[in-house]
Amino acid sequence: MIRTVLSLRVTLLCALGAAVLAGLAPQFVDTFTLLQATVFVAMAVLALSLGFIWGFGGILSFGQAAFFGLGGYAYAVGAFNFTDSTVPVILSMLVPMLFAALLGYFMFYGRISNVYVGVITLTVTLILFNVVNSTAGDAYRIGSAALGGFNGIPSVPGITLPFTGYAFAPEDDWYLAAGCLIVVFVGLKLLLASHFGRVVVAIRENEVRASLLGYDPRLYKLLAFVVGGGIAGLAGCLYTLWGAFISPTIFGLATSAQIIIWVMIGGLGTLIGPVLGAVAIQVLVTEIGGQQLLDANFVLGAILLVFVLVLPAGVVPTVERGVAALWRRGRRGRPGPAEAPAAHPLPGKALS
Amino acid sequence: MDLAAIVGLNVLSGIASLVLISLGLAIIFGMMKIINLAHGEFLMLGAYATVLSTNHGVNIWFAMLVISPVFVGLVGILVERTLIRVLYGRLVDTMLATWGLSLFIVGLVTMIFGNTINGVPTPLGGFQVGAYRSDLYTPFLALVALLLLCGVVVVLRFTRFGLIARATMQKPDMASALGVDPDRVYMATFGIGAAVTGLAGGLLAPVSGVAPTMGSAFVAKAFITVVGGGASILAGTASASLLFGSINQMGSYLTTPVFGEVILLVAATLLIRVLPEGITGRFFRGSL
Amino acid sequence: MTAPLLETRGLTMRFGGVVAVDAVDFTLEEGELRCLIGPNGAGKSTFFKVLTGQLLPSAGTVRYRGRDIAGAAPHAIARAGIGIKLQTPSVFNGLSIRENLWLAARRKNGAKRADAVVDGVLSLIALAGSTDRIVGTLAHGQRQWVEIGTVLAGEPDLILLDEPAAGMNHDEVGRTAEIVRAINRTTSLIVVEHDMAFIRMISDRITVFNRGSVLMEDRADAVMRDQRVRDVYLGKKAA
Repeated sequence: MIRTVLSLRVTLLCALGAAVLAGLAPQFVDTFTLLQATVFVAMAVLALSLGFIWGFGGILSFGQAAFFGLGGYAYAVGAFNFTDSTVPVILSMLVPMLFAALLGYFMFYGRISNVYVGVITLTVTLILFNVVNSTAGDAYRIGSAALGGFNGIPSVPGITLPFTGYAFAPEDDWYLAAGCLIVVFVGLKLLLASHFGRVVVAIRENEVRASLLGYDPRLYKLLAFVVGGGIAGLAGCLYTLWGAFISPTIFGLATSAQIIIWVMIGGLGTLIGPVLGAVAIQVLVTEIGGQQLLDANFVLGAILLVFVLVLPAGVVPTVERGVAALWRRGRRGRPGPAEAPAAHPLPGKALS
Repeated sequence: MDLAAIVGLNVLSGIASLVLISLGLAIIFGMMKIINLAHGEFLMLGAYATVLSTNHGVNIWFAMLVISPVFVGLVGILVERTLIRVLYGRLVDTMLATWGLSLFIVGLVTMIFGNTINGVPTPLGGFQVGAYRSDLYTPFLALVALLLLCGVVVVLRFTRFGLIARATMQKPDMASALGVDPDRVYMATFGIGAAVTGLAGGLLAPVSGVAPTMGSAFVAKAFITVVGGGASILAGTASASLLFGSINQMGSYLTTPVFGEVILLVAATLLIRVLPEGITGRFFRGSL
Repeated sequence: MTAPLLETRGLTMRFGGVVAVDAVDFTLEEGELRCLIGPNGAGKSTFFKVLTGQLLPSAGTVRYRGRDIAGAAPHAIARAGIGIKLQTPSVFNGLSIRENLWLAARRKNGAKRADAVVDGVLSLIALAGSTDRIVGTLAHGQRQWVEIGTVLAGEPDLILLDEPAAGMNHDEVGRTAEIVRAINRTTSLIVVEHDMAFIRMISDRITVFNRGSVLMEDRADAVMRDQRVRDVYLGKKAA
């Protein structure tokens, strides 16, 4: 367990560094850049939700966009109905978690295969898109919030603190988003180091063995799925805050596909990989938006194809492995103790 | 009475369109256990083939019934050779790759033809049932769906390919022990599945807006039909289409089309909870 | 007279037309070490899978300490106190030796106590080298021991071992026999094995399976002398 303790300390140190950087950022960059960074960070939180359930839980959800969208809508609806933001923010996590619990119960207790989990989550997302898309008109109101169908909900109120009534400025949204990312990252690290997290990884490694040791795989998968749903919902809340707007396109295939691509290229079985993947792809998509020649779907599809075919492990694990190999070679080249260092290959990811 | 006839016709059309949009996917899934996430884009390519040919003066029937299936069938063979074959046995990677392919095709078609909605006029006229009007194209689609199902029976039961296909469905290793090259069977299967999907796309072109992203409107229903039906191509598609088509249309009739879809999804999820291997995993086991 | 630890009555497992386990009545007393032998396909592994909930029996009852556990989920049966080592090594390949054992020990213990249990088991199975090695990189025999250790770390009251000595060399078989005898001091065991030399090292009583049913049950020397047992192993038709 020494490795874990060390890694936790490193994580906390990095988190502290990231917090300091995030705190100072508004001093050094202009508002436009800060706004853009805010949405990148919100998406990084979304990437972490899939990075956790897919990379560590082995649950291939093609429908993280569903929880993301539900979180966004739950916040928006709540924000129109409550004076301060406490309840809307809680709703933005609670609603997707309940939905994930319901969906997860049917999937995991039905013991369906990984491929079916992918198909069902994708289908659910598409149907949610159709449903929310058709909620135009006055018939579809929740309290004082009109769902607005395909037009979405414009002018969603921002964060208002309870008691003081302080309303957030754009820099505050940045602090909030960056803070959420750091908290979610550290929280997931701690969760993975806990008994629960270890069982989740063990079930990914060998479901039969885990159940023969007395752990109910269905329950652990369901709980992991619900945690992932809550994090995705929080990301949806941050995203809605950023644009003060939400529309059904959030449930679209494009969102779901992007989340998969972030995690896939960043690397499964790491937490930093999905974060870096999310930022890199979003920078790329922003660049593509600025020109006419290439379509974003075309580029994203090509990237996904190339990674599945050439680099299925993703960038971070591949780099880690490369560095480890170089380090070993360097050690071997040097004269010193005759004993060769024991090979420590990284855990193989049995995904299928 | 007239109303009942029209609702009946709608249910029939719901079932028929489910058969059309999911049969190609079911063929590929039943034989190769692969879920092709680019299925919607195969439909879209079939629809584009019909629209473009018709706009260039080709007879619409020829475009729908010949050009679309042949074109998409060829695309399917190309995809199988370059992509599916490389990932054989890696189910999850195959899903991811076909999803990448799906985005890639959507992007490619958008870049070439623009993100606009095209269409072709509906052939055949309409007819009157009491106070209600309906068009003749709906019964025509039902007829084609029925013929396709019959075609699957004939191919699986009476041809050499059908024999090999049935053997492969039941035991892939046994088929290769019989001296059949599974490689070629899979290529043919993927090509045929794609061609059937292309045909469906062509047939749906007159009744739906043709745009690069049109595939996503169909894939959800196609997926749940195939997953709900289970591994048997014919019995699975037929039974799931019958069940889901009826539920969807009756639900739409009683509430709104959107809630019809929600009811459909809830029904499908419940079904999978009860029968994780689909309808044919429990009933009609070992059928075609 | 106390109830037996494990008792099956009419336990049957059918796969379509094939009857893999056919109306088996089997009784194991507390503290016993029983070997199951029988030709390939006799239904020994299927019997184990039914006992541990990996397969749902077609008919019959399984009583464990008087409680009917037939058809319960694998994790529930494991919690009731039955541990199993499967025929092919079933371990967490991506985790270290220590983590494998720790996951088993931690289920019913706090973190500190779990560490102590793991240390105890590690000293019993005495794996050479660092316990931080990833299990997937170990040799077959070592993985077998890791799996046995993992089962032990769960502190079950009944352990099922499916071919614990398979694929091991002579020395390793001897060590495994020692480990099994050590386990039996505190725990009841059922061991499926083909290796007669291994069985002689550990055996107490032997149950012979053939075509899904119990052919006979006796002491080791009596079983080895029996003509019917020789016939089923040599493939002759038992008269």
